[in-house]
Amino acid sequence: MSKSPSRTALRAGIATAAVASLAACGTSDSGSGSEAAASLGAAEGTVSILAWPGYVEDGSNDPEVDWVSAFEESTGCMVTSKTYGTSDEAYQLMQSGGYDVVAASGDLTLRLIAGDLVQPVNTDLLENYDGIFDFLKDKEWNSVDGVSYGVPHGYGANLLMYNTDEVTPAPTSWDVVFDKASDYSGKVTAYDSPIYIADAAMYLMTHNPDLGIENPYALDQDQFDAAVELLKTQRDSVGEYWSDYLKEIQAFETGDSVVGTTWQVIQNSITSGNTEVVLPDEGATGWSDTWMVASDSEAPNCAYAWLDYIASPEANAQATAYFGEAPSSQEACDFRDDCEAYHAGDAEYAEQIWYWTTPVSDCVDGRTDVECVDYSEWTKAWQEIKG
Amino acid sequence: MTTRSVSAFLAPRRRLQLAGLLTPPVLWLGLVYVVALAALLVTAFWTVDELTGQVQIEWTTDNVVEVLTEALYRTVTLRTLGIAVLVTVLDIIVAVPVAFFMAKIARPRMRHLLVIAVLAPLWASYLVKVYAWRALLSSEGLIEWAVSPFGLDTPGYGIVGVVLTLSYLWLPYVIMPIYAGFDRVPDRLLEASADLGAKGWTTLIAVVMPMIRPAIIAGSIFAFSLSLGDYITTGIVGGTTQMLGNLVYANVGAANNLPLAAAISLIPIGIILLYLAAVRRTGALRSL
Repeated sequence: MSKSPSRTALRAGIATAAVASLAACGTSDSGSGSEAAASLGAAEGTVSILAWPGYVEDGSNDPEVDWVSAFEESTGCMVTSKTYGTSDEAYQLMQSGGYDVVAASGDLTLRLIAGDLVQPVNTDLLENYDGIFDFLKDKEWNSVDGVSYGVPHGYGANLLMYNTDEVTPAPTSWDVVFDKASDYSGKVTAYDSPIYIADAAMYLMTHNPDLGIENPYALDQDQFDAAVELLKTQRDSVGEYWSDYLKEIQAFETGDSVVGTTWQVIQNSITSGNTEVVLPDEGATGWSDTWMVASDSEAPNCAYAWLDYIASPEANAQATAYFGEAPSSQEACDFRDDCEAYHAGDAEYAEQIWYWTTPVSDCVDGRTDVECVDYSEWTKAWQEIKG
Repeated sequence: MTTRSVSAFLAPRRRLQLAGLLTPPVLWLGLVYVVALAALLVTAFWTVDELTGQVQIEWTTDNVVEVLTEALYRTVTLRTLGIAVLVTVLDIIVAVPVAFFMAKIARPRMRHLLVIAVLAPLWASYLVKVYAWRALLSSEGLIEWAVSPFGLDTPGYGIVGVVLTLSYLWLPYVIMPIYAGFDRVPDRLLEASADLGAKGWTTLIAVVMPMIRPAIIAGSIFAFSLSLGDYITTGIVGGTTQMLGNLVYANVGAANNLPLAAAISLIPIGIILLYLAAVRRTGALRSL
């Protein structure tokens, strides 16, 4: 039976619509490399900010928590903000455009720079940049070839949390979640992200020096395979992986988890159960966040104004205290009473932290004779580890 | 005025009326639903730029081949399928007696209360219910407290937790069609069966079951397909368990690899199509 003309027309119509809509979601070329601003002009009136939850609070979540209003009053730049849940989500949002400023962790910054989505930042234009801890400036996650791409915001370490009733003696090594994990089978927890592979690699730096790992984010195939193998063994003892920090708080309070990675803010939030955190001898992975300016920003002056404002001691203290991390300057500690808990300004403590960095095929430890495993492979391996 | 002139214009033009009435839903179904699905299927044959993570329109079958050949996807597919089948069977086992009681034994007043009781959980957010199960399954939870006197332990977070939680979540969707199915079975058939000397069990197997079979299959479609695509429950009570939905989520979110995510999503789509084709042969789709 032949098709009726109207049905054929309908199909053609749907096909046309389909092709049109598919073409619309095609790719776009990124622009040429952008330059840092040389001087600042008048404020544009608005600034759009993309940040982690709790970084840009204007009192609408909690009337007591507000550092945006003061910025709007003093600069005349009205803030609109959007939050994201993972670095990968932020990357997608930055690709779609429309944001002037982004707060990015170290596992996002290099991707943004490589994708030409952010521009270099002229730190001379920022009054409060001088006060920032030196050990946070010009690092591999916020600068490229000596060119700064942003302003440090706050940092923290992925610590080892343990239940003091169940885990004795008090651990000083990550071996309780790796080689000795079977002692706590079913009660071990780990961070649910491909970037956690770096924790295993960092452990191997100390416990299997023959592999020659210099930086847990620069792994060649052999080193990577060893880390993945370690995590596959660990999986047998893992009760659950966490990425939602509220879930981990609950798991430690009920005793469903007794040992695993954590953040300082989680320890501060736990109200019942005997838990303790420690920075083990091998060191720890961690995050250091950076405020960056979008390469296609239509409000660069307001963007710089925000970068300067959020680096100012009082605003930085408010924002980092609310999130639960160390501030970026010593002066900020004058506005906080919990700096000690976060080891703010303790360069030695900060040295032990391997900050999240995007693994790319050009090894970030400077090796040129091998190719490193890039992040897409890390993601694939992470799914295999979970099985 | 204009309203009147529009209706005067339309009154004699039946076909235009029909076109006006049907265009919005057809557009919705066509553009929003079919095109979105088509875009998803097509994306499975594209690739991403390694450095920037942007989707590139370069035709390749790599993603589909990877999904079909790698052991990871086979393991996760089998696990997902097993969970979905278990959830469906559990739900039917619980739903049939409940629906029978509601339709045939309970008095009208009781029946209304039961219908409300079955539907009430649907008023609460999905997340609230799953987190409630997280608390129940915890090692300090109600289940541990209830079974520990018998020397047992809570199943904890894992596949058992996922099956229990999903069975709970989809139970109303299974009870309601089966209840409607029982409701359509005339009482006089049961009486006739008894008059002819059949015992309760024989009546159930020989008279009732053939009549409510389509309703049971209809209910199973809900439980099966909803379980097949779930990933949030797994994330909350699944411990280390991964289902197909989790792999799709990880590839959209963490990996930023939309084409691979699209390729993985072809698996549940294929399973559901096979299932619906099988169901269609039984004629149960008409009783949905």
